[in-house]
Amino acid sequence: MTTTGELIWNDEGWPGPDFAHNAKRAVGNSQLRRNVRKATTTIRERRAGLVAETPDWQELRHAGAAIKDDVLHHLDRYLEQFEHAATAKGAHVHWARNAQEATQTVTNIVKATGHHEVIKVKSMATQEIGLVKALETQGITAHETDLAEMIIQLSHDRPSHIVVPALHRNRAEIRRIFSDHMPDAPKHLTDDPHELAEAARRHLRRLFLKTKVAVSGANFAIAETGGLLVAESEGNGRMCLTLPETLISVVGIEKLIPTFRDLEVFLQLLPRSSTGERMNPYNSIWTGVTENDGPQEIHIVLLDNGRTNALKDQIGRQALRCIRCAACLNVCPVYERTGGHAYGGTYPGPIGAILTPLLAGVDKAPELPFASSLCGACYEVCPVEIDIPTVLVKLRHDAVKAKPHRTQDATFAAAAQAMSGRRRWTAALKLAPLLRAVKHGAPPPLSRWTRTRDLPDPPHQPFRDWWTQNKK
Amino acid sequence: MHLAVARDAPPGRKDADLVQTRRVYDAARMRVALFSTCLVDALFPDAGKATVALLERLGQPLEFPLEQTCCGQMHANSGYFEPNLVRRYVDVFEPYDAIVVPSGSCAGAIRHQHQMIARAAHDEELATRAEAVGNKTYELSEFLIDVLHTDDVGAYFPHRVTYHPTCHSIRMLGVGDRPLRLLNNVRGIELVTLPNHDECCGFGGTFSIKNPDVSAAMLADKMEAVIETGAEVLCAGDRSCLMHIGGGLERIRAGVKTLHLAEILASTDTGT
Repeated sequence: MTTTGELIWNDEGWPGPDFAHNAKRAVGNSQLRRNVRKATTTIRERRAGLVAETPDWQELRHAGAAIKDDVLHHLDRYLEQFEHAATAKGAHVHWARNAQEATQTVTNIVKATGHHEVIKVKSMATQEIGLVKALETQGITAHETDLAEMIIQLSHDRPSHIVVPALHRNRAEIRRIFSDHMPDAPKHLTDDPHELAEAARRHLRRLFLKTKVAVSGANFAIAETGGLLVAESEGNGRMCLTLPETLISVVGIEKLIPTFRDLEVFLQLLPRSSTGERMNPYNSIWTGVTENDGPQEIHIVLLDNGRTNALKDQIGRQALRCIRCAACLNVCPVYERTGGHAYGGTYPGPIGAILTPLLAGVDKAPELPFASSLCGACYEVCPVEIDIPTVLVKLRHDAVKAKPHRTQDATFAAAAQAMSGRRRWTAALKLAPLLRAVKHGAPPPLSRWTRTRDLPDPPHQPFRDWWTQNKK
Repeated sequence: MHLAVARDAPPGRKDADLVQTRRVYDAARMRVALFSTCLVDALFPDAGKATVALLERLGQPLEFPLEQTCCGQMHANSGYFEPNLVRRYVDVFEPYDAIVVPSGSCAGAIRHQHQMIARAAHDEELATRAEAVGNKTYELSEFLIDVLHTDDVGAYFPHRVTYHPTCHSIRMLGVGDRPLRLLNNVRGIELVTLPNHDECCGFGGTFSIKNPDVSAAMLADKMEAVIETGAEVLCAGDRSCLMHIGGGLERIRAGVKTLHLAEILASTDTGT
């Protein structure tokens, strides 16, 4: 395990963020493409309908971006404010520079309780640090309680979407996973969604009632009050946040918002963008310890894990505004055809293509910024106006600088040279007729073009020659 | 001279802006330059010729400074920032009142990438100049509607046509329905809607080489949509996207021709 935990999957069976390689396999899987297209199209349409009925949507996006930018510009101040407020309410605040420190902190807290089982709320931060695996090595079993995360965990799979992690699975596959891996699954389970949900509900209920320690993330951390918010759909989060004796929350330092009032903006942006709902079915907010009500021991682990690195990047830092809604995944033509696993890390899709290199370092995932046609659909839907295409281009620049690619570097240098003056350019234009010979089949790397497309017929003369002869 | 055109104004922008623009335009015949783009210069001169013919017909002569080469978009999108190409563009086009570009992605790169490239090279002065030149750089449909104030260019094109709004023109530049307004006023045209029209064709410059499988999958869906319309002609405002879709259509012998927006708008009943 690297210090960045599960940000990049480098273990066996997961070739990491070698996107082109992963994507080739994914594109060939027509069942996967159908599953992903069906799911993303449904959420995309629901979102579009809700955005259309929200007259101040663009203003909300501006506000969301502005609030987050304020937080990022004054992160030091807001973090301390949050720590003081949360501590005053009886919470224990811990700081973790990286995945290893975070998992160690959580492990220590769980061990101190004397328990060996924890229940988990779905959380990208815990995913990112590889918490479940880390706990397992210390003899602690963590049960995912979000239905889709549970499906993933039972089948030793990995999530492929930020909000709908088992989107690549259909219900026949889910029935098989339950029957094979859920110890208390009913004997003659069918594909009926209600029956599947009931089996999961019964399985989870037993865990909720007996487990004394819970682990969560948070969608928002309120600096003013020291409170945390989790938004979810199934109620499993509410169970985890209220029933156990000890609650440990791993929270990325960029999850802060200044005041309680700011939720007004984000609780409009998030549900519409993520699940295509006007409101999340469950919004749970807790602020420190409430005597004789809910967990009596509250821990908050504030996680950096590359975030201050990302903050140093003047163009890239806007990625830290992200509220993990996955709207960018649902509109991305690339994600739609490859699914999330192709991105080889915790964060898939357009946001993953910028977040993973920003957090882990572009040298660790140099191909990810190229996993996009730069069509800009992601930017258009982003509720906090992250200009993903521009960040992608900036990261491509970093990637090219970080590692030499001899042939490619030389090709682009030669092209720049040819374009550096009128005489050179005019000379270069004389090469166009060479295209005729390779129109249907060019040598590598152009063969990747001619495999499925013809090259254009070269013209009789370049435009500038026509101009000089006819117009000058 | 700087044109007082509200850049992001929707089609129903303020009358005051319109009057102001028209006054500036009428007061001094603008010096307008054509930036053909390297791709049109090298491989698709017809799009350039059509742009010249169209604007001359509308009474707007163009100049073509021969020192121009490339805006540097292909380099930038592949990770190679070339401040020298930005400087060349700025040097060549700074003297003009307006620059018209028959490409949404090149106009987008000029307006949205040039400053970033200059800043990455720590050249603030170039960034400032690039911003000013970018502000007077117009994609063709923007120039026709926002500067020349016409959405009827008197064209005649009696064919079944479908229009693909290229990603950078709609999302980076925000040209909105300008190209469609222009096409709708073409005599004789039968304009059919392209299904999932705003979805990327999968070109993305070097994306088509670096991720050929995903690119080809996107292209296949785009071609299916084009063929479904039964159109004789696929039209777009960018030869690069058309080179991609057209290359695919040609490979499968779909019998659909690709034409740049300028080529249809330049067409008249007496020939182009």
